[in-house]
Amino acid sequence: MNNNFFERKYIIQGIFLAIALIIVARLFYLQIIDDSYLLSANNNVLRKSVVYPARGIILDRNGKVLVQNEPVYDLLVIPREVKDIDTLLLCRLLEIDKDGFISRMNKARAFSPFRASTFEGMMNAETFAVLQEHLDKFRGFQTQPRTVRQYPDSTAAQFLGYIQEVNQKDIERSNGFYKSGDYIGASGVERSYEELLRGQRGIRNQMVDKLGRAQGSFREGKFDTLAVSGDGLISSLDKDLQLLAEKLMKNKLGSVVAIEPSTGEILTYVSSPSYNPNMMVGRQRGNNYMKLLYDPHKPMFNRPIQASYPPGSVFKVVAALTALQAGVITPQTIFNCPGGYRYGNGRIMRCTHVDGPTDLIKSIQRSCNTYYGYVYARMIDSRGMSGPKAYELWREGLNQFGLGHPLGIDLPGEKGGNVYPASYYTKRFGSEKWGSSYSISQSIGQGELGITPLQMANIMAIVANRGFYYRPHLIKGIGEKKIVKEEFTEKIWAGVDEQHYESVIEGMSRAVNAGGTGASVRINGIEMCGKTGTVQNHGENHAVFFAFAPRVNPKIAIAVFVENAGYGGTWAGPIASMLVEKHIRDTITLPKYLQDRILNANLLPKVKTKTNEVKKDTPALKKDSLKTTKQVAQNKQAPALFVHHSQVTGRNEQY
Amino acid sequence: MNNTKNSFLGRLDWITVAIWLILCLIGWFNIYAAAYNPQHPEIFSLATNYGKQGLFIFTALIIGFSILIIDQRFFISITPIVYAVVILLLIAVLFIGKNIKGNQSWIDLGFFRLQPSEFGKLGTCLLLSYYLGTQSNKAPNVKSLLVAAAIVLLPTALVRLQPDTGSAMVFFSLIFVFYREGYVNTKLLLLGGLAIILFVAALILENEWILVAIIVGLCSLLAYFYRSKRKNIINIALLCVASSIYVLSVDFAWENILEQHQRNRIDILLDKVHDPLGEGYNLNQSQIAIGSGQLFGKGYLQGTQTKYNFVPEQSTDFIFCTIGEEWGFVGSVTIVAIYVFLLFRIIHLAERQRTAFARIYAYCVASILFFHFFINLGMTIGLVPIIGIPLPFLSYGGSSLWSFTILLFILLKFDSARKGLSPA
Repeated sequence: MNNNFFERKYIIQGIFLAIALIIVARLFYLQIIDDSYLLSANNNVLRKSVVYPARGIILDRNGKVLVQNEPVYDLLVIPREVKDIDTLLLCRLLEIDKDGFISRMNKARAFSPFRASTFEGMMNAETFAVLQEHLDKFRGFQTQPRTVRQYPDSTAAQFLGYIQEVNQKDIERSNGFYKSGDYIGASGVERSYEELLRGQRGIRNQMVDKLGRAQGSFREGKFDTLAVSGDGLISSLDKDLQLLAEKLMKNKLGSVVAIEPSTGEILTYVSSPSYNPNMMVGRQRGNNYMKLLYDPHKPMFNRPIQASYPPGSVFKVVAALTALQAGVITPQTIFNCPGGYRYGNGRIMRCTHVDGPTDLIKSIQRSCNTYYGYVYARMIDSRGMSGPKAYELWREGLNQFGLGHPLGIDLPGEKGGNVYPASYYTKRFGSEKWGSSYSISQSIGQGELGITPLQMANIMAIVANRGFYYRPHLIKGIGEKKIVKEEFTEKIWAGVDEQHYESVIEGMSRAVNAGGTGASVRINGIEMCGKTGTVQNHGENHAVFFAFAPRVNPKIAIAVFVENAGYGGTWAGPIASMLVEKHIRDTITLPKYLQDRILNANLLPKVKTKTNEVKKDTPALKKDSLKTTKQVAQNKQAPALFVHHSQVTGRNEQY
Repeated sequence: MNNTKNSFLGRLDWITVAIWLILCLIGWFNIYAAAYNPQHPEIFSLATNYGKQGLFIFTALIIGFSILIIDQRFFISITPIVYAVVILLLIAVLFIGKNIKGNQSWIDLGFFRLQPSEFGKLGTCLLLSYYLGTQSNKAPNVKSLLVAAAIVLLPTALVRLQPDTGSAMVFFSLIFVFYREGYVNTKLLLLGGLAIILFVAALILENEWILVAIIVGLCSLLAYFYRSKRKNIINIALLCVASSIYVLSVDFAWENILEQHQRNRIDILLDKVHDPLGEGYNLNQSQIAIGSGQLFGKGYLQGTQTKYNFVPEQSTDFIFCTIGEEWGFVGSVTIVAIYVFLLFRIIHLAERQRTAFARIYAYCVASILFFHFFINLGMTIGLVPIIGIPLPFLSYGGSSLWSFTILLFILLKFDSARKGLSPA
């Protein structure tokens, strides 16, 4: 036996061992040092899907549903995983064409080739059912349920607002909280209560096999998080009252705001023209949105908080109260009304009447311009200080009364209206030597003054409360515990002592209930105190009415503003009257023919067919209803200021 | 001789048998994990791979036992017949074979697909041992080297024609046998290693001239240290020139000898091409599976890579992925250790044989097992290009399990009967 090479076994063993060590070293690197493989394995197998929480629902003050949720389905696509699909069938099921398919794919690819993004959003249950049947033919596609908003009575659109897909700005602002395809409240309550309504998203970790087929949850859902539904909101709105108000405001431009004075809760919030909030949901949303955006009547414009108008004669209530507080007049102060107020250079601010000696109560009742010309003159000229200084005091009184600044309602985009500072007039006049006559039209709520309908209603709430208000708000309870925001429980003093209110209230009561003001405004059995106004406009005048009722222990303060409607009490008064009665007694006693007249009236500008007798002398209508107070003010630079009749006028006198 | 029949179990190397059984069982359990299907959890279901593997192991046990009770001289006597049959099968498969994934490697017997190349190893080992055994009392000479080489190269060429390059390469592992028996010297072995290193280096470096410069530099350094003897310097100069020419010819070999898919696999391995979803898919997923196992693994049946079919061929060639993923570094190293132990044990058995035939045969077995072990693990962890050869005893498949079992148990038979076997 020849075994000369015995020692070579060691070399062979050495080689075996060396190779084994190389393998071990490589294993050490793969399994111990480099962590990326674990990540890759998880990426392979884990599909994180977002579990969308149900958005909080919104109820009215009586528990009736204003907004709820409805299930829809999104079709998601992971572009990199799309392989050998029946494109034609998919297009047919989704009712899209080839270009639509390509553009959607490109959009998804631009987002990420490896991550799921929305291919087709918000399919209804039928489309979903058919699609689900064929889903195995569409590799790379998956469906995901979510909910959309649904508005049972299509009401309170501007109040509730709408939700929309987040844009790039929203995503950046949220520090990555929102992701492409998420929804966010874009206006109204949906926006101001977004953080509460949206709830908390959950994450579901699913495992998939090589072909992307779901294989059950990862580690029995140990790392899953549940979606937490958004908080429900209880709104202060009274849905029935809201529906009635919307019905009455149909085919009219303007606002209705009704407040419960004892709480500041808003009972009715109408911005007219309104729109069906369901239009802002679903696949037609884009088209509908553009339609609304380009509607000449601007339904997206949130009039109660964003439109600012000269208030007209209703302002006399504020003028009287601030003058009483300043001590420049007493309830017994009498001015003589010769049919107009004369101020510098023979100019005259006319009344519609010649009442002779007029006291405070009568001045409110008859809406005497002359009286308030004198009041304004005393406020500005007779306080032992320069005009601008006295004016600033006057302005401060207004500010305390909730004018000239946003009230802090829980809606986005609230405007403060306009009460110009003295410096504005000084600049315009050229020196500080100006007095009341330079801005006399403000004495009766015209001219540069700008007030939002919400502020008007709030004035009434202050008067009803005899001196204070709560910030008007739309949400009176948050979540299950019905929490009220602290800022809405704070009692705010309006700067006028309680004892000054009674004479003004008496005047307002008489304006409605005495003095031949007509059956259409007065409510039998309820003492409503109110004031009309007609805001001069270079088109058709705006009609204003505000009121509170009952006089003792008031339940409702309301402001109705109808643009381009003509004389004061004709349109705004009856609307307010009906709403007040509805709220207090739940019936309307106004004769049916008068109700119908309001319901059927079409006061929209730019309408060729003249729909009713009031408009018989209307010149060519102009679409200037939304001009700012500034523009209105500029239009009033004419030396002779003609102020329209602005008192509660019996309807019969109008004809 | 007859008395051994009664006591052969006593002289059987139980250690090797135990390792064999352990490896088979590890394989079985991991095939179960790799093909785990919650709808058929029972391990004996013949509808599944793991059910079949159970049957294969059982059959292998019977085969192994049968080998142990047969007289060892029977194997020596049938060696030429086995070789001839195997060669015939290898020729036959080229004509009547079933083509699976481009390789004409299987003969379909209806109930079973026979892979002749698996048995080609057995026939070749037996005949090579037989022949070199007869030459062992002479000094190694060119004639016997050529005959021995022919014995190996004939089946190699036939397997290569299938074309199953991986299985064909297995035969080259018998270089260790030639080395052990003195037909190849240590220098040649080192040169072989150097050739592989240079080949890889030439592929990694785009510009071969850089490599040539490195070779010349290293050789100059070497020459400087061994400058005392003229002979050394000449040898180093020769080595330098040969290496340079070799390196420069790698490109030619690359383009003309290797096939496209082989070039792709090497490119992927060297990371010259990054294509984790195409050519690189197997390697990438396999490394993810093993790498994600980390220290202790994800736990039995918890491997997501294997359970959800991310790793292809995971119960056959890529069975090690399942082990790496579910048992982690600890499990992987255990497998490596078991193999190394088995290989060392076989070498130990080899060196205690009284006949050259048995010793050479043992080295054949060790070489072939080593080659499978190295290449299979190497490819799953990215050390060598993907070459589809199974991991002995662990991978799913009857042909492979049986042929390795026969290979090993014939050795065990020789070993247990070594006292009764006179030197041939």
